[in-house]
Amino acid sequence: MKKSVFIGTLAAASVTASLAAAGTLDDVKAAGELKCGVSTGVVGFAAADANGVWGGFDVAVCRAVAAAVLGDANKIKFVPTTGKTRFTALASGEVDMLARNTTWTYSRDIDLKFDFIGVNYYDGQGFMAPKALGVASAKDLDGATVCIQTGTTTELNLADFFRANNISYEPVPIETNSEAQAQYLAGACDVFTTDASGLAATRATFENPNDHVVLPEIISKEPLGPLVRHGDNQWGDVVRWTLNALISAEELGITSANVDKLASAAGNNPEVNRMLGTEGDLGAMLGLDKSWAHRAIGVAGNYGEIFEKNIGEATPVGLARGLNAQWTNGGLIYSPPFR
Amino acid sequence: MTDVSYVRTEMLQEKAPPVSQAGIIKWLRENMFSNIPNSILSIVALWAIYYVLSDVLPWAFKSSWNANSLGECRSAIAAAYGEGASGACWSVIHDRFLQLIFGFYPKELYWRPVLIFVLMFVAIAPVLFDGLPKKMLRFTMVYPFLAFWLLWGGSLWFPLMIIAGFVLGYLAFGVVSKMASSLVGMIAAVLVPILWWLFLSGDVATMLQSIIPLSIESVASDKFGGFMLSITIGVIGISLSLPIGIVLALGRQSDLMIVKVICVGFIEFIRGVPLITLLFVASTLLNYFMPPGTNFDLILRVIIMVTLFASAYMAEVIRGGLAALPKGQYEGADSLGLDFWQSTRLVIMPQALKISIPNIVSSFIGLFKDTTLVSIIGLLDPIGLSTNIRANMEWNGVIWELYGFIALVFWLFCFSMSRYSMYLERKLQTGH
Amino acid sequence: MSTITDPVQGGFRISMLLYDTRYRSMTIQVIALIGFLLAIGWLFGNAAQNLAALGKPLNFSFLGDTAGYDINQRLIEYNSQMTHGRAAVVGLLNTLLVAVLGCITATVIGVLVGIMRLSKNWIISKIMTVYIETFRNVPVLLWIIMTMAIFIEVFPKPSDFRGADAVASMKLFESVAVTNRGIFIPSPVFGSGSMAVIAVFILSIVGIFVFGRWAHKRQDETGQILPTFWIKLGIFFIPSIIVFYVMGQPISLEYPELKGFNFKGGFHMRNSLIALWFALSLYTAAFIAETVRSGIQAVSKGQTEAAAALGLRPGRITSLVVLPQALRVIIPPMISQYMNLTKNSSLAIAVGYMDITGTLGGVTLNQTGREMESLMILMAIYLTISLTISTVMNVYNERVKLRER
Repeated sequence: MKKSVFIGTLAAASVTASLAAAGTLDDVKAAGELKCGVSTGVVGFAAADANGVWGGFDVAVCRAVAAAVLGDANKIKFVPTTGKTRFTALASGEVDMLARNTTWTYSRDIDLKFDFIGVNYYDGQGFMAPKALGVASAKDLDGATVCIQTGTTTELNLADFFRANNISYEPVPIETNSEAQAQYLAGACDVFTTDASGLAATRATFENPNDHVVLPEIISKEPLGPLVRHGDNQWGDVVRWTLNALISAEELGITSANVDKLASAAGNNPEVNRMLGTEGDLGAMLGLDKSWAHRAIGVAGNYGEIFEKNIGEATPVGLARGLNAQWTNGGLIYSPPFR
Repeated sequence: MTDVSYVRTEMLQEKAPPVSQAGIIKWLRENMFSNIPNSILSIVALWAIYYVLSDVLPWAFKSSWNANSLGECRSAIAAAYGEGASGACWSVIHDRFLQLIFGFYPKELYWRPVLIFVLMFVAIAPVLFDGLPKKMLRFTMVYPFLAFWLLWGGSLWFPLMIIAGFVLGYLAFGVVSKMASSLVGMIAAVLVPILWWLFLSGDVATMLQSIIPLSIESVASDKFGGFMLSITIGVIGISLSLPIGIVLALGRQSDLMIVKVICVGFIEFIRGVPLITLLFVASTLLNYFMPPGTNFDLILRVIIMVTLFASAYMAEVIRGGLAALPKGQYEGADSLGLDFWQSTRLVIMPQALKISIPNIVSSFIGLFKDTTLVSIIGLLDPIGLSTNIRANMEWNGVIWELYGFIALVFWLFCFSMSRYSMYLERKLQTGH
Repeated sequence: MSTITDPVQGGFRISMLLYDTRYRSMTIQVIALIGFLLAIGWLFGNAAQNLAALGKPLNFSFLGDTAGYDINQRLIEYNSQMTHGRAAVVGLLNTLLVAVLGCITATVIGVLVGIMRLSKNWIISKIMTVYIETFRNVPVLLWIIMTMAIFIEVFPKPSDFRGADAVASMKLFESVAVTNRGIFIPSPVFGSGSMAVIAVFILSIVGIFVFGRWAHKRQDETGQILPTFWIKLGIFFIPSIIVFYVMGQPISLEYPELKGFNFKGGFHMRNSLIALWFALSLYTAAFIAETVRSGIQAVSKGQTEAAAALGLRPGRITSLVVLPQALRVIIPPMISQYMNLTKNSSLAIAVGYMDITGTLGGVTLNQTGREMESLMILMAIYLTISLTISTVMNVYNERVKLRER
């Protein structure tokens, strides 16, 4: 702390300091605030409304973690990050966790020294094209102009795909999603490529969504998940199991409507009891109190509820669960047991 | 005597000049249609004006102000002006106006930035206008700390402790330079405050805060956004760069080889790279240069880099001012037996700064415009906010209204400032 | 300090370091140097420590790794299997391209506007004032984004050119296609024998210079003035055209054609390039115009009147008396505008133009996570460009400086 006293004097409100040795969990508790890196604005996943309140699918993970650790889902400082700044923001400790559609890849996990704590959305890169273009498959795209959002794995996948199929294309790199969308709609590119969820979200906001088709090919695996710094296992566990709690809650039928009731007294399902702290003390192992999972689920409900509220079929984004259904329903969303 | 007279005794009625030599027609002939090429140019120009306005004006005025989303707005326009009419959805500005101005600053605290903005004019008034009492300069000195406190909130003791550092430095200079030379005094004046800030001020402030709590609600800097963010970065950058720029300019002019090399190296380096790379440094690298575990937030890092950037330009502006001073001023100061610091402080700088003011205003305009670059590193300045607003489902697809509004506000600020600096330049010129 | 050879009267005392003006400056410098080195050492020590803790010490070998991404506009051969270093070079060339193009057009527009602003035609001078004030007082980033938006929203898309009832058509005798993906213009195809044409063309340019010097010399000796402009124009065109037809028209044009998704053939000037080029030129031109105006106004009226009294015609007054003097005032600020334009071209990322900031400082940085190394190289490159420009400026300033006696 000593080293930053001077800086602390300069801007007490805007500067925080912590020793690297102390765990992130303790830092977050001491600061009374979770610093969460989010994207600068993706429909349904993270965006600020007119009052500056952040909401969205990725934001919900931050809120659940804040509720679990601090007991208040609003004690969060959201740090908007771009594709370029997100990893440094996390590495330098500017944020405690990154919940920003970030693909789990080998090099990010190993070389960039981060820990992906799970997957909250299984995605894949796809293409969207106007119906009028008459394209049925991505392999028909020889010579097409493709709009891509930069700063992601997208441009690498795209290069690989076109190279593997030995067809040519013209990449148009664009910094932000809204810009890419404007170019695509104006016909400055033939197809728009990004993660399939992004395509659906984008298509949903068009005036005539039915004039556009998402091509069948998914050219990459994009497991998106929150990540933390490598080496702080306790903090990694907190975030990992908060996400798992949300997922398990859906599997076990715990919803925002019944969580308070289930947590008030031990019920018949021992796993529910363990998770909500009415039996044993799993929270203590994590360095939290008994009702951590109760609070996390209490913010916006379980994984399924968060999904439906932010990006589900009832919303303009209109994503089907697909791969992101519970494993019991044929999806990939699966939490290890709370035992 | 006959009263035959060859001289007219009564005045003739005045005749109107020929139609082509009077009024608007004469003016038109002289100023727009004086010869054939000019006439062609004028007609082309008039046509171009008509072409642009006939497109823009209907769009701007066939507009909707009260819709809640783009779709609603478009149907409102279609209902009012017939199907297929394309008009501006100014309702997006109406809807997000406060956000574009204040970012996410808490609504109930809007009075703080507004008050600071108004006080800013009070603070710079004595610098810009001669007629005002010099005592107002004291307020100008206190203003930065007041502004910092009101904008970010928190304990009043922190800014007070920083002021205390300056006071200590001044006292140290007085005491030590009496005991030893003025050079030792200068060194003491630099060292004492730094030591104070590094080791004591934080604890003292915390202690005082616990004894006499004097604090207002603090606002984290991630709540800053919109034009307020641009103005904050611009004003802090330019005011902090002024002292650094003076030091750099003096260093660049000095005879001391090493000092000169360091200053020239710094100035040329900063001026040689684009601001965006410095902002990348702020967003990705600056934390690496701090001791492990230290952590600034992004806005503070940006302000640091912007200040360094502005200081290099400021140094050149002030160097220009120094160079413009007649040599006699330097020689006059020397002949009075003033040493370097005395002559600089009492004779050279006041004059050099005064003739630099128009250029300082220009570099402020440049810096203010450049603050838009922070949107590229993810800060929510007006341009960054426009992206964020379009990421909301209601306003997805709005382009011109947002850009137009942002451009207009920037234009109003910069144009009025540039006019002011021109006025100042003219005023200063008459002095010669 | 003990090695000072200058004999010190009454011996050397330590306090003389402070009180004796001979040593005081030395003391200050040493203190400054130590302070500076301490600060630098502290910063870089921290950086080394932090990077080591993250497990990525300074290492430039990533430049040799496969880049894996494609770049649309490449002046040298490049594909996704080449290295990050090569991608950076492609980006650097793109930066230089837009900077050079921008400087040329900005100068042309700026000079024209600056002169027209002084025009006696009221409406023209007012329009120019409005143009200058509009462009100077709005951030260049906003101009770049808006220009790009105009290109995308206003121009027709390639599919509009398709079919019998096409909404859009190609311009200039079906040779140029203006689309919202960029402008497609015919490109020359060099057949056999085209070398001869090019050689003759180069020779005729050399000829123009030789002729110019000869005519000048002749004028000095005999006082006769030749119609040099027309003769030069003749030398420029006639030999090349003759050889072109003699060799059987070896150079032909390849016209863009609508094929598949897009226009094929000819030069494709992408709208990211055009938007950036336009916005930078128009923005910088507004500043250059002001420079030109003040430069012209700086030439005192007496100079013009004196030249007129000598009997020079108005055109000659401008070219022989006013311009040489105005240029001395105009050129230095103009070159610093060139420097600004080059630096502002780094805003290319806002429109997706792959310049050095977009490749090395963008995709490469994102994919490799080597921000320290990437930014160091990036800054070094921009610094080199800027220093080169300012060296040129200093050389020029030396040459045109008034020799004061």
